[in-house]
Amino acid sequence: MAEILDILASATFWAAVIRIATPLVLATLGELVCERAGVLNLGIEGIMVAGAFAGWFAVWSGAGLWGGVATAFATGMAFGLLHALLVVPLGLSQHVVGLGVTLLATAAASYTYRLALPQVTSPPRIAPFEPLALPGLADLPLIGPVLMVQTPLTWAAFATAAAVALVLARTPLGLALRAAGENPAAVEAQGLSVTGLRIGAVMAGSGLMAVGGAFLTLSAFNAFFFEMVNGRGWIAIALVVFGAWAPGRAVLGALLFAAFDALQIRLQQTALGAALPYQIFLMAPFLLSILALVVMSRRAAVPAALMVPYRRGER
Amino acid sequence: MTGQGAATREVLRLEGITRAFGPVRANDGIDFALAEGEIVALLGENGAGKTTLMNILFGHYAADAGRVTVFGRPLPPGRPGAALAAGVGMVHQHFTLADHLTVAENIVLGTVSLWRPGLGLAAAAARIATLARDFGLAVDPAARVGGLSVGERQRVEILKALYRDARILILDEPTAVLTPQESEALFATLRRMVARGLSIIFISHKLKEVLAVADRVVVLRQGRVAGAMATAGTDRARLAELMVGAALPEARIAPAAAPGPAILRLAAVSTAPAGAGPGLAGVDLVLRAGTITAIAGVSGNGQAALAALVAGLARPRAGRLVLDGAEPASWGPRQALAAGIGRIPEDRHREGAVADFDLVENAILERYPALTRAGLLSWRAARRWAGRIIAAYDVRTPSAALPARLLSGGNLQKLILGRVLEAGPRIILACQPSRGLDVGATAFVHGRLVAARDGGAAVLLVSEDLDEILGLADAVHVMSRGRLSPAFRRGQASAADLGLWMSGEAFAEEPHAA
Repeated sequence: MAEILDILASATFWAAVIRIATPLVLATLGELVCERAGVLNLGIEGIMVAGAFAGWFAVWSGAGLWGGVATAFATGMAFGLLHALLVVPLGLSQHVVGLGVTLLATAAASYTYRLALPQVTSPPRIAPFEPLALPGLADLPLIGPVLMVQTPLTWAAFATAAAVALVLARTPLGLALRAAGENPAAVEAQGLSVTGLRIGAVMAGSGLMAVGGAFLTLSAFNAFFFEMVNGRGWIAIALVVFGAWAPGRAVLGALLFAAFDALQIRLQQTALGAALPYQIFLMAPFLLSILALVVMSRRAAVPAALMVPYRRGER
Repeated sequence: MTGQGAATREVLRLEGITRAFGPVRANDGIDFALAEGEIVALLGENGAGKTTLMNILFGHYAADAGRVTVFGRPLPPGRPGAALAAGVGMVHQHFTLADHLTVAENIVLGTVSLWRPGLGLAAAAARIATLARDFGLAVDPAARVGGLSVGERQRVEILKALYRDARILILDEPTAVLTPQESEALFATLRRMVARGLSIIFISHKLKEVLAVADRVVVLRQGRVAGAMATAGTDRARLAELMVGAALPEARIAPAAAPGPAILRLAAVSTAPAGAGPGLAGVDLVLRAGTITAIAGVSGNGQAALAALVAGLARPRAGRLVLDGAEPASWGPRQALAAGIGRIPEDRHREGAVADFDLVENAILERYPALTRAGLLSWRAARRWAGRIIAAYDVRTPSAALPARLLSGGNLQKLILGRVLEAGPRIILACQPSRGLDVGATAFVHGRLVAARDGGAAVLLVSEDLDEILGLADAVHVMSRGRLSPAFRRGQASAADLGLWMSGEAFAEEPHAA
C-alpha cells in the first residue's frame, strides 16, 4: 500500500499518465465523432497502425515532424473514406466492414514497410518530438514538473478534446452531426445530407485516430514496430462507452486507464512485482477498465441511430 | 374561409406524378394544384398514395415521372433541401425529431450554415416563442423532445416549418395521434395560418375532419385522382363513395347477446412500467366470453403495461391473474398462446410483422409449429395457410411473396387480423386495431372483431378512438396513469363522461381509485 502511495506522489508517474493517455485521447475522440454521427468504426485499430506507420515513414523520408502528423491524418481520412463509403451510402454491416478496414490498414502498413525497407534488421529511428514546456504552465507548483515534459502532440490532443466538445455542443455542424446519429430522418427533413454528414464525420474521426497512432512513433517512441498499437483502438471503443459519448468524460476515462497502466508498470518493479507473475499486472488495467465500464455504462445515452444505416425513400 | 375565387394565386402544381415501389404503383399520373390561402384535403384510403405523393413533393422520394412547380418555378426532384428553400414545409405522420435534442435544437437544425461558429440558440428560442404565441402552439424551446407528449411533438414539427417561413405546409394524418380537444386546437392553428396567406395540404382519411377544416378536397384511389371538389358542395356519403369506389353500407353493431363466463380476471394487479408509460396500479378487470371489453384513454397511461400483461410479456408484481378460475403456475408468452390469447399489437409494423419477411412468413409467425412435417417446415402448408388469410381477409397484394414492409398499413393489419382470428382464439387482445386505417378497412376490422365476439371470444379492445369504443364495446373502462375506472355498460356513459375519467379528474373523487 505504501508503495502505491509513493508511486502516486511522484511527478514522473503523473507525467507518464498524461503521456500514455495521449494516443487514447485522440483515438477515443475520433471514435466518438464517428459514433455521434451514427457510425461505429471498428477500423480504428488498423487506422492507428496505418497512422503510426505513415507518420513515421513521412518523417523518415524527410517530411518533418508536423509533415508526419499531417500525413498520418490524411492516411486516416483515406481509410475513413473507405469505411464510410461502404457503410453509409451502401449500408453494409458496420462490424464486418470495420474489421475488414482494420485488417487492410494493418496489412497495408506492413506491406509498405517491407516494400520500402526490405533489408533492415532493426527499425530505423527518427528524431521524435521534444518536450514543449508551455510558458507559465511549466512554472506552476506541483503540476509544473508533470507538464513540462509533455510534447506538442499531447498539448494538441487535449486542445482537440476541448475543440470537439465545443463543436459538438455549440455549433450548427455539431448539432447536425449529433442529429444524424440520433434520427437521420430529422436531418433529412431539415434539408441536410445524412450521407454527407456521416462520411465527413467518419473521415475526420479516422484522421484523429491515425494521429493517435502517429503519437506512438513520433512522440512516445522514435521508430515503427508492428505490434506497437497493441489494442489501443479497442480500448478507445470501450472508452467511448465509458464516457457515455461525451468528450469530457471520454478524456477522463482515457486518463483513468492510463493511470492504471502507468501504475502496473511501476508495481512490477516493487516487492509485489517480484511475488506475482508479471502478466497479472499487464492484465490489471483491462480488468479495471471492464469493471469501470460496467459501472459507468449503465446510464449511457447511446446515439439512437448508432449502427442503423439510413436509406432514403425506404418505407 | 378564403375560398376558391379566381383572384387567388396558384402556389403549387403537381403534374403527372408517377411512382412505383416494386410491383406496387403508389402514384399513377396524379395532377394536383394548390392556391394561396386555402386548405386542401387529400383524402384517400390507406395505400391510395397520399403519403407517397407528399413525400415526392417534399423531396423524400424522386418521382419516376411528372413534375412539381412551386410558385411558378420547377422544383428539382429528390431534394428536401430544395423543397424547404422553395417554402414547402412538411409535418410527417411519423415525426422527424431527434429525441435527445431540445425543441430549439430540432427547429434550428439545418437552418443556419453548418460552418457558422455558433448556434444562436437564444435568438432562435425568442423567435420560436413569438411564432408559438402567434399561432397558438405552446411549447417550451428548452425542453428535450424525448420528454414531450405526442401533441407537443406535433407542435414542434409545425414550428419547424414556420421557423423556416414555409408558405406551403403539408400535414400527413395530423390528427391520427391527437385527442379530440388537441385536434380542435390544431384546426384553430391551421385557420390562423391560412388567414396569413399560407396554403395547407391536409392529408386525412377522416371524412368528418376533412369537411370541417378543408376548403377543397382531392380524393385519391389506388394511386389516381378519383375526384376533386369544394367541400361546400359535397357530403360524407359522396366522399366515402369516391374514396372506396363503392357506396359504403352503414354498419350497425348489435350488442352482445348475453355475457358468457369469465375467462380472464385481474384482481388488484400492479405491474412494472412498460415502454414510455406507467405500470398498472391496482387494476381490476374481467374478460368474459362473448363480450367486447374496451379500454379508453390517452395513449401512454398504462395501456402498454396492460397489453403486455395479457399477452404474457409481463407478470403481475402484485395482485392476482386468474385464468379459467385458477391462477396459472407460471405466466409467459407461451402460456398466453396456449390459453388461446390472440394478439393484435399496437405497432403493427414493429411488433406485428417482420418487415423484410414476405407475407407467407409473416402469416405463419405464430403458427409455424403446427405447419411442420417431421420437424421440417412445410412451405406448401404455409403458403396454403397464408393464401387462405389473404383471400378471406381481403389483403390487397400483388403476391404473397411481397415483403411486408411494402404492404400498406391497412392491408398489413388485415393480414395480422387474419393470422389471429384464423387460429380461433378465446381471448383477442386488439390494441388500436383501426389506428391509421381508412373507412373501409376499419369497418372490415370491426366487423371481424364483432363476429369473433359472437362466436364466443372475449375481445379486449384498447383504443384512443372514442367513436370506435362507443360503437363496439359492451363494457368500457377508462385508463389513466395506470389506474382503471369501473366498468360502464353499453350506453351507460357518454363521450363527455369518459373524457372526465380520461383526464384523471374522476379518479380523485372516487374511493375506488387506488
